[in-house]
Amino acid sequence: MKFTEEHEWLRVEGDEVVVGITAHAAEQLGDVVFIELPEEGTVVSKDDEIVVIESVKAASDILAPLDGEITEVNEALVEEPSKVNEDPEGEAWFFKLKIEDMSALDDMMDEAAYKKYIG
Amino acid sequence: MSDLKRTPLYDLHVALGAKMVPFAGYEMPVQYKAGVMKEHLHCRAAAGLFDVSHMGQVILRADNPEVAKAALERLIPQDVLGLGEGRQRYGFFTNDAGGIEDDLMFANRGDHLFVVVNAACKDADVARMRAGLEPDVTVKLLENRALLALQGPKAEAVLAEHHPSVAEMRFMDVATVPIAGAECWVSRSGYTGEDGYEISVPLAAAQELAQALLAHEDVEAIGLGARDSLRLEAGLCLYGHDIDDTTSPVEGGLTWGIQKARRSGGDREGGFPGDDRILSEMQKGADRKRVGLLPEGRAPMREGTVLFAVADAETPVGTVTSGGFGPTVGAPVAMGYVDAAHAEIGTNLFGEVRGKRLPVSVAKLPFVAAGFKR
Repeated sequence: MKFTEEHEWLRVEGDEVVVGITAHAAEQLGDVVFIELPEEGTVVSKDDEIVVIESVKAASDILAPLDGEITEVNEALVEEPSKVNEDPEGEAWFFKLKIEDMSALDDMMDEAAYKKYIG
Repeated sequence: MSDLKRTPLYDLHVALGAKMVPFAGYEMPVQYKAGVMKEHLHCRAAAGLFDVSHMGQVILRADNPEVAKAALERLIPQDVLGLGEGRQRYGFFTNDAGGIEDDLMFANRGDHLFVVVNAACKDADVARMRAGLEPDVTVKLLENRALLALQGPKAEAVLAEHHPSVAEMRFMDVATVPIAGAECWVSRSGYTGEDGYEISVPLAAAQELAQALLAHEDVEAIGLGARDSLRLEAGLCLYGHDIDDTTSPVEGGLTWGIQKARRSGGDREGGFPGDDRILSEMQKGADRKRVGLLPEGRAPMREGTVLFAVADAETPVGTVTSGGFGPTVGAPVAMGYVDAAHAEIGTNLFGEVRGKRLPVSVAKLPFVAAGFKR
């Protein structure tokens, strides 16, 4: 897995990456109560705000970690936002992104670097 | 952060894993390890312990207690003279424009009145009372007592283990009760919509009392996050949000808190700041009203969300003043002000969230029925 400074994790599956938020981010957010996902097929640029996630405390955005096309979204999260707190780095993935250039992941943090980043 | 005050339970909060945040000049626990949702649900199912020591506890005393009662009536539109010994009432300080300066609880404790005010307003409230009541009445802000709230359906059983007399108290009764070796001033009240107690305890005994209550398996510590969602579901106003110095008690839907004696035609009609506007609005109605709001979708409508009568309207008809997710309701809940023409229960409105107009309907308050022991 790779990690961003925005507390997303990315897992490579073929020419796609599966994207979610880290356990650390989920804990900081608190109980998640609402999620709005992008449309499948949306072409996004890095840092576009593509997911709205609201916890009991506040609303925040999840940014596109890379340029690409949204190929699939996890609709189950819309019905059960609490999955983000229960299994943030497994079942609660947000979307799959088809990207042109997998080498862009090389610059991202690995797990050890991310752990250091969050201190 | 350094100039923030701490309550006597600060160390206990930290030991319990609380996330501490600045609130009204204090470092307060916003949540503990369980998190807002679980804390909220625990309070509704069993009992929750809240540290509300940041609130202002004030004693009003005069040689003749009737003088203190009559004097307080000059500052608030409540019936103070008619409040029996051992009873408490909800009230609010009004200003000359008929707005609300703060809300409060006041109790008749025999030879004195005991007043509890909001933390953020306490210095202003004490100044207001000194200016309005002295020299006939002495106004003393207590610095030597903490305030705990034990709320929830199991609160009675838990507190009765410390002193059985508390089970006999009715909603809004107050009494002096020895608990955990300290002289506690107990009221059967709170701000969650649940049955429960507020307990004023000497500072030196506060931590021991809190630990004794938390030792009960039905009691968990509850932070400010869940306190906010509990009071919102209960339809209770948060000062500075749902009511402020521009909202009148009539707009705020608080006329139930103005007793007959102070209303038009009452024995002591008016005689409080803003009485012209407030009594007139009680006759004619206000231009806007505080209402409950139930968003139809899952998206919470938070404070500041602008409300429209139709999806493509240009002119708003209201604003959300408190909103979030209601854990007991299991859906988003909100309250806010709407123009009187749109205030009827069931009215369909639209709230603008992130540029989208989402349906929301005017709903009856409270969202969760109160569990008071009347």
